[in-house]
Amino acid sequence: MTSIINTLITSVGETVLLVSRSVTYLPSLPRQWKRCLDHAWFMGYATVPLVALLSLSIGAVLALQIGGAMRQIQIMEYIGSIVGVAMVRELGPVMTAIIVSGRIVSATTAELASMRVYQEVDALRTMRIPPERILVLPRLAAITLVMPILTIVSIITGWIGGQIVVTTTPWIDLSSEAYYNSLKQFVDADALIDGLIKGQIFGLVIVSVACMIGLNAKGGPREIGQAVTKAVVASITLILALDYFITSVLIAT
Amino acid sequence: MPTTQNEAATIEVRDLTKAYGDQAVLKGITFKVEPGQIFALMGPSGSGKSVLLRHLIGLEAADTGEALIGGLNAAAPDTHDKIQTAIVFQSGALFNSMTVYDNLALYLREHRLCSESEIRTRVEKAIEALNLGNAAQKIPAELSGGMRKRVAVARSIVMEPQVILYDEPTSELDPLTAATVSELIRNVRDRTGATTFVVTHDRELTQGIADQAGLLMNGKLVFLGDPKDLEKSSDDDVHNFMHPVIKPSSNQA
Repeated sequence: MTSIINTLITSVGETVLLVSRSVTYLPSLPRQWKRCLDHAWFMGYATVPLVALLSLSIGAVLALQIGGAMRQIQIMEYIGSIVGVAMVRELGPVMTAIIVSGRIVSATTAELASMRVYQEVDALRTMRIPPERILVLPRLAAITLVMPILTIVSIITGWIGGQIVVTTTPWIDLSSEAYYNSLKQFVDADALIDGLIKGQIFGLVIVSVACMIGLNAKGGPREIGQAVTKAVVASITLILALDYFITSVLIAT
Repeated sequence: MPTTQNEAATIEVRDLTKAYGDQAVLKGITFKVEPGQIFALMGPSGSGKSVLLRHLIGLEAADTGEALIGGLNAAAPDTHDKIQTAIVFQSGALFNSMTVYDNLALYLREHRLCSESEIRTRVEKAIEALNLGNAAQKIPAELSGGMRKRVAVARSIVMEPQVILYDEPTSELDPLTAATVSELIRNVRDRTGATTFVVTHDRELTQGIADQAGLLMNGKLVFLGDPKDLEKSSDDDVHNFMHPVIKPSSNQA
């Protein structure tokens, strides 16, 4: 137990240090715009279709489940409100972050771990090029750009999934207008901003963890695989653990 | 930011020791390489050669004793800014996501040492010097082992180093390519005048191009002197390394 706590504290410390060191290179960001855009393009290109598909499915299932419960108490017109709030405040950012963990965290960790194992990171250090500057900072900038877009895609496709279900399921039979009117009652700009803040925090945390684990990998191909697994598991665990605390803070404020 | 100087620097190691846990890897190593010399450090696998090399580039710190480059402590962060030190890694450690041209230009671009047109001139000069004309727009994965070594050497000479360190430059190469790489190391020294430190177990390379040689066995320097004297040494360790005997298998007639 003590060793687990020690490992956890060390990992958090290393991640914070890595991000702090990377942030000191912020002035170099403008001349790294191409690198940032490359990462942002990859992150978006690899993730948007998956985010859209899963969010559409989740919105649809959510509407179906809520519809089943609400039929019993005859308040079907609130399906839109519940799907709307759930997607914007919770499922949109969380689902996006989990998909990013699967696609981006794994790819980032694998790339950085192999760069570390095959001495590319050592080569950078011996050329006095800080890996934090060209490997970490552009990725953090890229996820900052991409995460709000992915979260919005998730929220909107989730809403559309709900809409498809409520308008095509005979026993629900709500119009699109009624669905969106109900949705608008509970979803406002504050809710959207809260969802985007949550997504942004998740994105930054999991990409930082991926960079930290990747750059600390040692050994050979087997260890690269282990680093990827470790990063994905740590990211998903962190998303779920942080979710509660971020939600508490956002609701309180 | 590194300063560009072309005067070769001395390499000096004084009574250096290093241990990982209970395992002593380097035990009181002392030697000096004069400016412009080629020093070959030989030894069997696991004898501590690469660890010593990592001390010279500042990737490891000595437990006791010191490694000096140009009279400055190699482990100090600013030493390699003052003394241009380049390393050619055993694997080449080329950046696999970049073309050969971009690998060579990276150092100059990241440190903003010159304009893009000057970078082009310096990189093209290195490409020409190492006969890499056809490889400039290829990525490292498309190159043969010998070509990758040449690109790694080219990347180091673009830095206009005062000291060049080679880690097992001829390992994994066929004898013909190994001989070409050995000649290349000497040609680069002649062209740049840089002090050259080669970690190797290649006896032909040592006797062919080195001005001074050392033999490391179990963390101790058992030979230091003219490479020609390696053959004449009466020391058992030196003799066994230079003339290994393959014992016949017990099931042979």
